[in-house]
Amino acid sequence: MIAYILRRLFALAATLAGAALVIFLMLEILPGDPAAVTLGLNAAPEALAALRAEMGLDQPAPMRFLSWVGGLLTGDLGLSYTYRVPVAQLIGERMAVTLPLAFMAIALATLIGVPLGILAASRHGRPEDAAVMVFAQLGLAVPNFWFGLLLVLAFAIGLGWLPAGGFPGWHAGFAPALKSLLMPAFALALPQAAILARVTRSAMLDTLQEDFVRTARAKGLGEQVTMLRHALRNALIPVVTIMGLQFSVLIAGAIIIENVFALPGLGRLVFQSIAQHDLIVVKDLVMLFAALAIIVNFAVELLYGLIDPRLREAS
Amino acid sequence: MTTRRDVLAGAGLAALAVQLPASAFAQAKDSVIIAMTLEPPTLDPTSGAAQAIREVTLQNIFEGLVKMDRTGKLVPCLAESWQIAPDNVTYTFKLRQNARFHDGTPFTSEQVKFSFERAVAPDSTNAQRQLFTPIAEIATPDPATVVIKLKQPAALFLYGLAWGDAVIVAQQSAANNKTNPVGTGPFKFVRWNRGDRLELERFDGYWGEKPALAKATWRFIADPQAQLASLLAGDVDAQTNLAAPEAVAQLKANPKLKVTFGKTEGEVILGTNNAKPPFNDLRVRQAIAHVLDRKTIALGVYGFDVDLIGSHFSPLHPAYIDLTNTYPVDIPKAKALLAQAGFPNGFNCTLKLPPPAYARRSGEIIAALLQQIGINASIEPLEFPQWLERVFRGKDFDLTVIAHTEPLDIGIYARDDYYFQYKNPAFKELMAKIDSTLDEGQRNELYKDAQRILARDAVNGFLFVLPKITVTAAGLEGVWTDWPLPITPLAEVRWK
Repeated sequence: MIAYILRRLFALAATLAGAALVIFLMLEILPGDPAAVTLGLNAAPEALAALRAEMGLDQPAPMRFLSWVGGLLTGDLGLSYTYRVPVAQLIGERMAVTLPLAFMAIALATLIGVPLGILAASRHGRPEDAAVMVFAQLGLAVPNFWFGLLLVLAFAIGLGWLPAGGFPGWHAGFAPALKSLLMPAFALALPQAAILARVTRSAMLDTLQEDFVRTARAKGLGEQVTMLRHALRNALIPVVTIMGLQFSVLIAGAIIIENVFALPGLGRLVFQSIAQHDLIVVKDLVMLFAALAIIVNFAVELLYGLIDPRLREAS
Repeated sequence: MTTRRDVLAGAGLAALAVQLPASAFAQAKDSVIIAMTLEPPTLDPTSGAAQAIREVTLQNIFEGLVKMDRTGKLVPCLAESWQIAPDNVTYTFKLRQNARFHDGTPFTSEQVKFSFERAVAPDSTNAQRQLFTPIAEIATPDPATVVIKLKQPAALFLYGLAWGDAVIVAQQSAANNKTNPVGTGPFKFVRWNRGDRLELERFDGYWGEKPALAKATWRFIADPQAQLASLLAGDVDAQTNLAAPEAVAQLKANPKLKVTFGKTEGEVILGTNNAKPPFNDLRVRQAIAHVLDRKTIALGVYGFDVDLIGSHFSPLHPAYIDLTNTYPVDIPKAKALLAQAGFPNGFNCTLKLPPPAYARRSGEIIAALLQQIGINASIEPLEFPQWLERVFRGKDFDLTVIAHTEPLDIGIYARDDYYFQYKNPAFKELMAKIDSTLDEGQRNELYKDAQRILARDAVNGFLFVLPKITVTAAGLEGVWTDWPLPITPLAEVRWK
């Protein structure tokens, strides 16, 4: 097992290093000078040169690559070209919006999707089932930014209950912050809830065919106990797997929703830094997302190894 | 006996009671939330060209020796008066003695000297460094007097001192102004939630008249739909320049909002590579000028009328003359000119477009108009950094659409090696003459000549000036509706 873990760890490090190199090279090829973007059309050549030196852009590319990777290893993500503050601080500030948003969305999706899936499975072939399937189709088909706009129209402009966008910051208090995350979380959650409803329904239908469910029924357990305690528990495995996948989708996929609701989250930071040619922030963020994906994969592989001894020996 | 329902009802009433006084006092409101489209990258106007930096900070957090008022006139600011000696190069500024920085540092002539020397230093990252290069020396005979000697007469020197690049900063706080700005203005910086909002509050030690607002919050909303939603929902009290011109009719119909159309200094041009064949041929440029139906283009971009231009000059300036009829729309004439130039069947070229909506939309229409005389312009959309690299710096382009937003920037046509590569010694001479003419009346006459030369030479396609669409809550007054400088001085904003 130790040898297996070591092999996987080595592969992990190699993948991360490869990802860093690819990201660096891609942004290196991209035309455009961050100093020129900052100083605009009237800038004097001396001012441009001074700013380039200040940003460290006058160094040769291999040097810049090494100092970037070295910085990443020691936790120093560099200084944003645009904002002129440490990138780590920027990402930290944005995480304080995106993480709660993703958690709220996943919670909402679970609270809506799983019960609907159970309902559909237990009423298989009846109108309730059909209704849930229609909801699931719609939830998947409706683009979430459009659904977000509908929510704004109804709850911000029509009823005036919630702010149309923006984020007052956690320092403004828990309730106002939560209020401004509610609609975006809901818009993000809808398609995920639709997916969860479908997955829960089919997993439940599969499990309901199993012998142990028949046994449970045969020994006289009530329908509710059979469904929740025996069928759902076993059906949860694929559902939880999907939820895990959804979480990373939600973190990276919030770009559009964060724009619609003018939320200062990670997705908006990606968008802004690309538009402003803040290449160091783009580099760090892409690396962060890549590292997240790679590490999640690594954890999954370790789990496989734990679950299935054959994998350990085969590799 | 008290039931649960009674308790709930009581709570509801209490909530109402709490809300009532708030609405009763709504008239005496002294805070405002103003939205703008782009977020400033930093808060230091002396080291970056972004307009958003100026809009948030200029005349709010930072001030210069002079300032521009809403009509574009220069008025005293940190300098209460100034004199230009008969030699035309010696400027003596009398400074305010009761001004201080937000951290308590008194404002003196030393900081003026420090600020200008910093702006022109070899390692300066000032986006308009050339404003300060005419300075020969700065003397500070006493704390309330600054004497600036120029190398040669520079008529625009004083004008440039009203720009954000020339604000006065203090030695000990200058390095941190990007994130924690300390100026002498009527408002001081409180907090910045990057990506969302920035808060300012009234500076009680301000030298001038006390502003009506105690607190002002900037919100940064880039998405046009989100701008509209926040205005309609009442989340914000104003939007200084709406990015959704389609929504103007809907907003105008709303009695809670006030919409005004104003002018700016942003000339939108069809940038033309004057050094590259066939555009180096005057007849080709004239032919293009004869097909550019400005009214159609502007209407297609905005859906309402905006100010059209026939040269590189904004109607906001008193020296403006209307030259839109220099080359009236005339397709047969355009075709004849092209034929004379050797292109009876037109030619193929590229039209490189940066991201702003005004550029992308007018680009589409211009390409269609050029088709009429056989010019096939294939559109290439570019991101702004790539536009800067390839078009502006590399001059690798045929045609492009861009707005020049710096005020009074006709001088760019006298620059060697500027991206549209116009070379006219007579125009250069004229610009030099303008720079040494201190009399405003005479200077304005020369500006008129300059406009005529550019219009006649059809250097670029001159289209329209960017409009400013200001949307405010019905009760809010004082937000600038024209932009001689793209700023929003909050000290002039108040609730009715």
